[in-house]
Amino acid sequence: MKIRRRLNGITASKVFVYIFMIALVCFTAMPLVYLVSSAFKPVDELMVFPPKFFTTRPSLDSFKELFTAMDSNTIPFTRYIWNSVVVSVATVAGTVVVCSMGAFALTKIRMPGGNFIFNLIVATLMFSAPVTQVANYLVIQNLQMLDTTWALIVPKIAGSYYLFLLKQNFGEIPDALLEAAKIDGCSYWGLYAKIVLPVTRPAWATAIVLSFIASWNDFTGPMIYIQTQVKQTLPLALQTLQGGAGQVARAGAFAAAALITTLPTIIVFCAMQSRVINTFTHSGIK
Amino acid sequence: MSKKRKFKDREGLVAVLFFIPFGILFLLFTILPVVISLVLSFTNYSVLQSPIWVSIDNYNYLFTQDDLFLVALKNTLTFAMFSGPIGYVMSFLVAWVINSIHFKKFFSLMFYAPSITSGLAMSVVWLYFFSPDRYGFINNFLLQAGLIDTPILWTQDPSKIVAVVVIVSVWMGMGNGFLAFLAGFQNMDAEVYEAARIDGIRNKFQELIYITVPMMKPMLLFGAINTISGSFGVYEIPMTLAGSPGPENATLTLVGHLNDYAFTRMDLGYGSAIAVILFAMTFLVGRIVFKVLGSKDE
Repeated sequence: MKIRRRLNGITASKVFVYIFMIALVCFTAMPLVYLVSSAFKPVDELMVFPPKFFTTRPSLDSFKELFTAMDSNTIPFTRYIWNSVVVSVATVAGTVVVCSMGAFALTKIRMPGGNFIFNLIVATLMFSAPVTQVANYLVIQNLQMLDTTWALIVPKIAGSYYLFLLKQNFGEIPDALLEAAKIDGCSYWGLYAKIVLPVTRPAWATAIVLSFIASWNDFTGPMIYIQTQVKQTLPLALQTLQGGAGQVARAGAFAAAALITTLPTIIVFCAMQSRVINTFTHSGIK
Repeated sequence: MSKKRKFKDREGLVAVLFFIPFGILFLLFTILPVVISLVLSFTNYSVLQSPIWVSIDNYNYLFTQDDLFLVALKNTLTFAMFSGPIGYVMSFLVAWVINSIHFKKFFSLMFYAPSITSGLAMSVVWLYFFSPDRYGFINNFLLQAGLIDTPILWTQDPSKIVAVVVIVSVWMGMGNGFLAFLAGFQNMDAEVYEAARIDGIRNKFQELIYITVPMMKPMLLFGAINTISGSFGVYEIPMTLAGSPGPENATLTLVGHLNDYAFTRMDLGYGSAIAVILFAMTFLVGRIVFKVLGSKDE
């Protein structure tokens, strides 16, 4: 009898937990679901009153408008997609190579002043981007990178956050493994490329995911450093499409564009989810 | 001895070579900008002419003459005070719950998804929910339910805007630290809980307070730092929802004020002073968090 009551108690609290979680999922998913549904609404459903959450007649009208109708008079939307892809891919590639080399130097080779430098890097985790924006603008200006794609790539590469994550993961590789390879005549470059990188694949896969998301969604960078519309990336194109709060005329094209902007990050994260969580598990954040 | 010494020197050289790419970029785009901001904040500088040293005039002006700065400061603190802690606590509790239920992958993805979306895109989507007319979902719902007679001016009435910005910021920022928290829970040793049970820990909640939280201090610190810098840097969301400065300056934040001075009026000295204040705030709160969560016992 007693056991039975206890079982019931556990079940009741479990049910409550699942109800809570499902309610939470509704809250987190609602705008995303609405975004998908809006992107596939035909024109008349976008302006209907009362507003419709789901579409009853899915159509590709908005995508057609985005890719064809708007092509003739302004910059083609595909151009923004291309710009975003170039910027993100270059940033991600640079980040992974530069940060993993830096992390390798700080963990597996004894670098003079390494500890001090690492502490400095950890301290800068607290800096938010806006704090350094003004000065970054001047640095970029002096490097003659203003209004070029480089301005969106180069400053983002040496991210403290990625170096920190990678360094923590590299630290878990047993030194004996590297010592053995060293005795076999392996060079430092060999240690880095043939042992450290293959062993820590989840860690740099995570750096790829996180730096891709950050670069893909970056709004202030292009807003400040890029003046020429042709060189803008997706978030700025979205802002142009939006026009003003509650503008209905372009609502369809905006929803389609917003969906195209949002999907890649979610797909990339989905594909790498277990690796990402694994990396944090082994990062021994301390 | 001399041979060993030589080997070590070579090792140092190799390390430096590996570190140089990161070092240079880090110096150029993280360390140097902080120094430049500090110096420029004491000057009058507008790109066209070289900086003129004005001592603490900028700061003086900020706190005594610039009413908009004080409004921006107040707005930023208000937004941060709500969205930061709410998002942080939610993130921790949800990671705790997810760790002990089924469908972990699904729930983690659904909870984290908003954090990886474009702030601009999703702020606009939220506008359809909080639209100040009858077309807004929330107004429409409340009208049909008979709870209100006229649409609520969510993004036009300054007293409502705070709530809207906080809801959207929490929605988008809950994932800050979530991955670290989730990993922390996965790393917890089951034996610790068993030992605790023998020592008189009775329920899950006591476990959380007395065992889990102290053991997860590093993750809590990591998450807190992400949350602090994110909360004080609030700009994109209020700007998209109601414009910057917005109705009656209700959505003017420090970053908005900074962008206005530095990049619209090209007054980089004054903009730098605002940046330094923002930096000081982040640093101060960061220090406090370090004091509370920094683990001395390790």
